[in-house]
Amino acid sequence: MLIFMFRRFGTMVLTMVVVSILVFLLLEINVESVAIKVLGPYTSVEQRNLWLERNGYFDPAILRYLRWLGNFVIGDFGSSVRFKVPVSDVLWPRLANTGILGGIALFLASLIGLTLGVIAGMREGGPRDRGVSVSAILTTSVPEFASATFLLSFFVFHLGWLPGTSGMADGFDLRQLVLPVMVLVIYDWGYIARMTRASMAEVMTTHYIRTAVLKGLPYGQVIRRHAMRNALIAPFTVIMLQINWLLSGVIVVEVAFGYKGFGALLYEASLNQDIYLIEACAMVAVFVAVMTQTLADVGYTYLNPRIRFS
Amino acid sequence: MGSQDHSYDGPILECRDLCISYFTRAGEIPAVIDFNMTLNQGGSIGLVGESGCGKSTVAMAIMRYLGGNGAIVRGQVLYKGRDMASLSEEELRQLRGNEIAMVYQEPMAALNPSMTLGRQLMEVPLCHEKISEAEARKRAMQILADVNLPDPERVMAAYPHQISGGQQQRVVIAMALLSNPSLLLLDEPTTALDVTVEAGIIELIGQIAKKFSTSMVYISHNLGLILETCDRVNVMYSGVVVESGTVTEVFDQMRHPYTKGLFGCIPLPGADKSARPLVPIRGQLPLPHQRPPGCYFAPRCDFFKQGLCDLEDLHMTSVPNQPGHDVRCRRWQEIDWSTYKPVGVGVGEVQAGEVVLSLNKMKKYYEITDNSIAAMIRGKRVRYVKANESISLEARASETVAIVGESGCGKSTFAKVLMGLETATDGEVMFNGKDISQEQVQKRSADQVGSMQMIFQNPFDTLNPSHSVGSQLARVIRKFGVETDGDKIEQRVMELLDLVKLPRDFARRRPRQLSGGQKQRVGIARAFAGNPSTVVADEPVSALDVSVQAAVTGLLMDIQKTYRTTLIFISHDLSLVRYLADRVVVMYLGRIVEQGTTDEVFAPPYHPYTEALLSAVPIADTSVERTRIILEGNLPSVTNPPSGCVFNTRCQRKIGAICETEVPPIFEPSEGHRIACHLSREEMLAMKPVISLAATPESPAAE
Amino acid sequence: MTDQVVAGVPRRESSLLRTVRGLALIRESAVGMIGLSLVLFWVLVAIFAPLLAPFPPNQTGLPLSPPGAVGLEGNVYWLGTDQLGRDTLSRIIYGSRQVLLYAPLATLCAYLVGIPMGLAAGYRRGLTDDILSFISNVILSFPVLVLYIIIIATIGASGSNIVIAVTFASAPGIMRIVRGLVLDLRNREYVFAAETRGESPWRIMLVEILPNARGPLIVDACLRLGYVVITIGTLGFLGLGLPPPDPDWGGMVSELRSFAIINPLLAVFPCIAISSLVLGFNLLADGLREVSLRD
Ligand code: SF4
Ligand code: SF4
Repeated sequence: MLIFMFRRFGTMVLTMVVVSILVFLLLEINVESVAIKVLGPYTSVEQRNLWLERNGYFDPAILRYLRWLGNFVIGDFGSSVRFKVPVSDVLWPRLANTGILGGIALFLASLIGLTLGVIAGMREGGPRDRGVSVSAILTTSVPEFASATFLLSFFVFHLGWLPGTSGMADGFDLRQLVLPVMVLVIYDWGYIARMTRASMAEVMTTHYIRTAVLKGLPYGQVIRRHAMRNALIAPFTVIMLQINWLLSGVIVVEVAFGYKGFGALLYEASLNQDIYLIEACAMVAVFVAVMTQTLADVGYTYLNPRIRFS
Repeated sequence: MGSQDHSYDGPILECRDLCISYFTRAGEIPAVIDFNMTLNQGGSIGLVGESGCGKSTVAMAIMRYLGGNGAIVRGQVLYKGRDMASLSEEELRQLRGNEIAMVYQEPMAALNPSMTLGRQLMEVPLCHEKISEAEARKRAMQILADVNLPDPERVMAAYPHQISGGQQQRVVIAMALLSNPSLLLLDEPTTALDVTVEAGIIELIGQIAKKFSTSMVYISHNLGLILETCDRVNVMYSGVVVESGTVTEVFDQMRHPYTKGLFGCIPLPGADKSARPLVPIRGQLPLPHQRPPGCYFAPRCDFFKQGLCDLEDLHMTSVPNQPGHDVRCRRWQEIDWSTYKPVGVGVGEVQAGEVVLSLNKMKKYYEITDNSIAAMIRGKRVRYVKANESISLEARASETVAIVGESGCGKSTFAKVLMGLETATDGEVMFNGKDISQEQVQKRSADQVGSMQMIFQNPFDTLNPSHSVGSQLARVIRKFGVETDGDKIEQRVMELLDLVKLPRDFARRRPRQLSGGQKQRVGIARAFAGNPSTVVADEPVSALDVSVQAAVTGLLMDIQKTYRTTLIFISHDLSLVRYLADRVVVMYLGRIVEQGTTDEVFAPPYHPYTEALLSAVPIADTSVERTRIILEGNLPSVTNPPSGCVFNTRCQRKIGAICETEVPPIFEPSEGHRIACHLSREEMLAMKPVISLAATPESPAAE
Repeated sequence: MTDQVVAGVPRRESSLLRTVRGLALIRESAVGMIGLSLVLFWVLVAIFAPLLAPFPPNQTGLPLSPPGAVGLEGNVYWLGTDQLGRDTLSRIIYGSRQVLLYAPLATLCAYLVGIPMGLAAGYRRGLTDDILSFISNVILSFPVLVLYIIIIATIGASGSNIVIAVTFASAPGIMRIVRGLVLDLRNREYVFAAETRGESPWRIMLVEILPNARGPLIVDACLRLGYVVITIGTLGFLGLGLPPPDPDWGGMVSELRSFAIINPLLAVFPCIAISSLVLGFNLLADGLREVSLRD
C-alpha cells in the first residue's frame, strides 16, 4: 500500500515534469514570438534582441527550461504582461474565487448525481431509471454556454430574479453565484448520475446481491449495506475526475458571467497573449487535475478491499 | 430457532404441476413444465440434467426469486403446506435465509467482495433473530468450526478474495446453516471446484444432512454426486422431468431412453473400457422454442415411433411395484433393453509409431517481482514461479497422451510452451527431431506450425464471432499453404466440415448460430486443417454437456486414428482419460508425479496423489465401490510450493521429514511406469485398488 | 490479406454488412430513433442549406430585428437578426455545415490516431503499453479546455487547427477505451488460435480483435461526436473558433448575448440548435448501447 502511494506520487511528479516540458515547448521554444508577445508587435528587432539577450533567452533550450522550471517550483511565475504585476499576485485570489464556485458546484452535482444515480440503478429499465437516464442525457447535451444563455434569458430578463453578471463589484454576493453554479451543476450532474447508475445496475445483477436477498435481509439493508458499498467505488473516481472537467466548464461560466475567477483569467491571458500568465495558469490547472487524479487512485485502492489486501 | 412450526409433519416441500416461464421480447419461453416433487422431512432429492434443462429455475422458483421476467404460470410451490405464492413480501423475507437457505454454484461471486466474511455471516442471525452482536459473533464462529474451517477467527476478519475457493464454499454453506434451516437448496455447489476439493465439500454436505437433519434439494449435472448425496432423484430434460424415483431405482433400473442414454455417456473410471464403451446421444438439446411436439427427446431417441411419440399430452406413468418411480415415455414398457446394443465410441487398439514429441527436463519459470518492503530489504525481489519443473515425457505417432491434474498443476503452461507461445526456461522439447523449446511460434516455419495445432477449451470463445465459420477455416488452410487456389480452398473447407460431421452450409454461418458442441467441432476441424502430426487438446470437452461430450470425444478419437495423429489430451477428468488415453501423465504443482500406460496408472501401485484423485471422482454406478480419501488442506500456491515433495502438505501417506526435505526419487515398478515418491517398494506394492466392482453388481446401495 | 472472394465462403465485406444490419436494430429503440432523427435533420439542413436559408449567411439588413420582424424587402426575419442585420435563421442553417464538417472530421482523425495506439498498448502490453499510457495520461491530465486554449493560442484559430487540437486532445481517451477492450479480447481463445498458427501481430489486432470491439466503439464515437460539437461551439463562444465572418453557432451566441438587454431571445436560437444536435448524438449513442446489450 505504502509502496503503491509512493509510486503513485512518483508518477504524479513525472507527469508534472512532462507537462511542464510540453508547456515550455508549446509556448517558449520560439524566442522570437516570446519577445513579440512580451514587448508587443510594434517593437524593433533590435529592441527584442536586446531584451532577449538580457533575459538569457539565447542560452541553450535545456538551460532555459531548467531555469524556467526552477522559478516555477519556487513560485516565481514571472510578471503578467497585461496586469503589469507579478503573476502570483493575480493568480492566487482568482484561484480562491474559482475554488468557491467549483466547490459548491461539485458538491451539489455529486449530491444530486449520486442520489438519482442510485435510485435509477436500483431497478434497471424501470420508469425511474428511464426518467433519470433521459434527463441526464438531456442536460448533458446542453453546452455550458447554451445553458448559461437559457438561464440568463429566463431568470434575469424574463423573471428578473437574479443579477445577470457575477462580477462581485460591490463585494461578495451569494445571489450572483446562483447562475454560475446552476450552469455547472446542470452540465455535470448527469455524468455522475449515469456513472452511478451504471455501477449500481451492474452491482444489482451480481450474485452476492442475490445472496443477500435470499438471506432474508430487508430490501433497504440489501441496498444500503451490500449494493451501495460496492456501487459507489466507481463513481468516487468519477467525481474526482470530474474536477478536471469542472476546470473546463469553469472557464466558460466565468467568461459568460464575468466572474473574476481563474478560468476567466486564463481566458483573458490567452486573448492578450500574456505568455507568463498562460504558463502559470496552465501549470496550476494541471497540478490541480493531477493531484485529484492521484487522490482518486489512492482513494479507489483504499475503498476496494480486493486491491487493498493483496 | 426461527419460527419453525413443530406441529407440522407433512412434506417439507411440494411442487405441484409447476410451470415456469420467462417472458422475453421473443415471447413466452417455458423453462419448466409440469414439475412435480415431494420432499419429506429429512429427505434429499437430486435434480439432475444438462444445462438449460430448468433445474436451477426450479430452485429459484422455490425461493420465489425468478427475476423481473420469470413467473410461475401454473401450479404451486408448497412449503410446509403453505403456498409460497400467497406469502406477503415480509413473510417471504422471514422464510428466506431462515427456513429455506441456499448454497450457490460460484462461491466467489456469491460473497460480497467488500465486506468481511464475519459481517456477512453475522447478518443472518442478526436479521432473523433478536440477538446481540456478540451472540451473533459467537454463533458465526461456532458454525465456521462446524464446517471444518481451520482458524475461524482469521476467516471472520477476512474478505472473500483472501481465502481459497473451497474455503469460500464452506463459508457459504456455513452461512446457509446459520439459522438452522429446514430446507437447504444446493445449486451445483461443487461445479466450480477441483475434484479433491469437491470431495471434501461433498463429505461435509453428508455430515450436515446427518447432524442437522436438514432436508435437501441437490441440483447437479453430475450423476455421481447425486448418488453420493441424495436418496431420490428427478432426471430433467429440456424443462420436464423424464424420470423420477429413488436413487437405486433410477440408477439400476432406469426406464427412460434419455436416462439410459445419459448413463451411457458418462465415462466411469472403474469400468472396463472395451466392455462398457462410451455411447454418445446423437444430436443436441433443443432450444426452448424449438421443442418438438410430444416427447422433447424424440429427435434424439432411438425408439422414436411416429404417430405415438409426437402426440401431445405426454404424462408421467408409474412403474409397477415401484411406487414413486415414474417415467415420461410412451414406450418404456415395450423397450427391451437387453437387445439394445448401441454403437459405442471406438477404442480399438492402435499401433504406436515412432517418437514424435519428446521432452527432456523441460522447465518453465516465470519471473515475478515482489514489491513488498520486506522483499526489498532482503534484496530478493525477483522470485520464480516454477510453472513447469523438469518435465520429461515422450509421445509417439497415433498415440494419445493424457496430461491430468487440477488447477494450477501447470498443464496450460505446458501447452503454451509446446505451441511456442512461451519459450522454455531450460531443457529440450524435441519435435520431429528438432529442438523447438526456444522457438517462438513466429520463428517456427509454416510447416512446423502447421504440424502442431491446438484445440481449445471454451466453445464460446474458440471461434471469432466476427467471421464466418468458412472464412476462419479457409484462413488456416491458406496460412499453412495446404492449398492456395481459391476453389481448392473452398473444396478443402467442405471436406473439413464433412470430417467433423457438420453440414456443408455451416461454412456460411456465424459462430453465434452454432451450439457449443458444433463450435467445438469447428475447432477440431480448424486444428486438423493443416494436416498436423500432433494436436494438443486443452480440455476440449469439459465445457460441454455430457450428452454432447461423448460425441465430440468420439469424433476426435476417430479423426486421430484415421490420420495417425499424436494427441496430447489435457484434462482434469480422470474418468474420461481412462477411456481415450494410451498413456497418462499426472501433474501436481508443475511436476510430474506419475506417468505410465493407462492401465498402469489406474491400478496400484499409485502415487499417493493419483490415489487420492481417483478416489475423489464421483462415480455414477451403484455397483462400484471405492476407498475414500479426503485430502486435507488447500492446493498450495504455485508461487510458493512446498519443499521436498510438492505434495507433502496434503499427502495421506506422508512418511515424515524426508518428504519435506528431499525431492522424491523415481520408483519404476515396471518399465516406463514412473512414480515420484519416497514410499518404499513394499509399501508401494501393498497398495489396494481404489475402485473395485462390488461382489454383486445388481445389489442396490453398494456403499 | 488477399481480397479474392472465395465462392461460397463469405469474406470481409459481409462483416461490414453485418455491422450495418446491427446498426439497423436502432429501430427498436425509441430513444435511439429520436436521436437519429435529430441528427438526420441537421445533416439534411446542412446539405440543403442554400435551398432552405432565406438569406445568404452574410447578407446584412436591419440590425437586431426581433424574431418575426419584416425586413426592408418584405422578407421575414423569423429568428431575428444580429448587430449587423444578418438573418439568424440563415446563419444557423449555414452554421450547421461548419459543425457537421469539422466535428466528424476531427472525430475521425482522433480515432485514426487513437485506435492503433490502443491496439498496440493493449495487445503488446509491457513497455509499449507503459509509454503509450503515460503519454495519454499526461495529455488527459490537462483540463480539456485549458489544453485547447493553449493549443489554439499557439497555433492560431482555424478549421484545420481545430481538427488538430481535437485529435490531440481526444486520441488519448480513445486509446484508453480501445486498450481496455483489447486487454479483454486478447485473452479469447480465438486470439490464441491465431497466435498458435503464427499470425502476425498486426493481423491479429486488426482482423481478430478490432472487429469484435466495434460495438462499444461505435457507441463511444457517437458520444464523442456530441462532445466535439460542444467543444467546437465552446471554442466559438470564446472567440477561439472558426474565424469570422462565416457563421459558427458558438460565435453567434457570444455576439448575440451582448445584446440580450435589447432582446434576450436572440441568443437563444443558436443555443437550441447546438443543443439539439448534441442531444441527437447522445440519444443515438444511448439507443445503440441499449440495442447492443440486448443480445
Ligand atoms: S416417448 Fe418415444 S421418443 Fe420419447 S423417449 Fe419414449 S420412446 Fe423415445
Ligand atoms: S514423497 Fe512423501 S509426501 Fe510425497 S507423495 Fe510420497 S509419501 Fe507423500
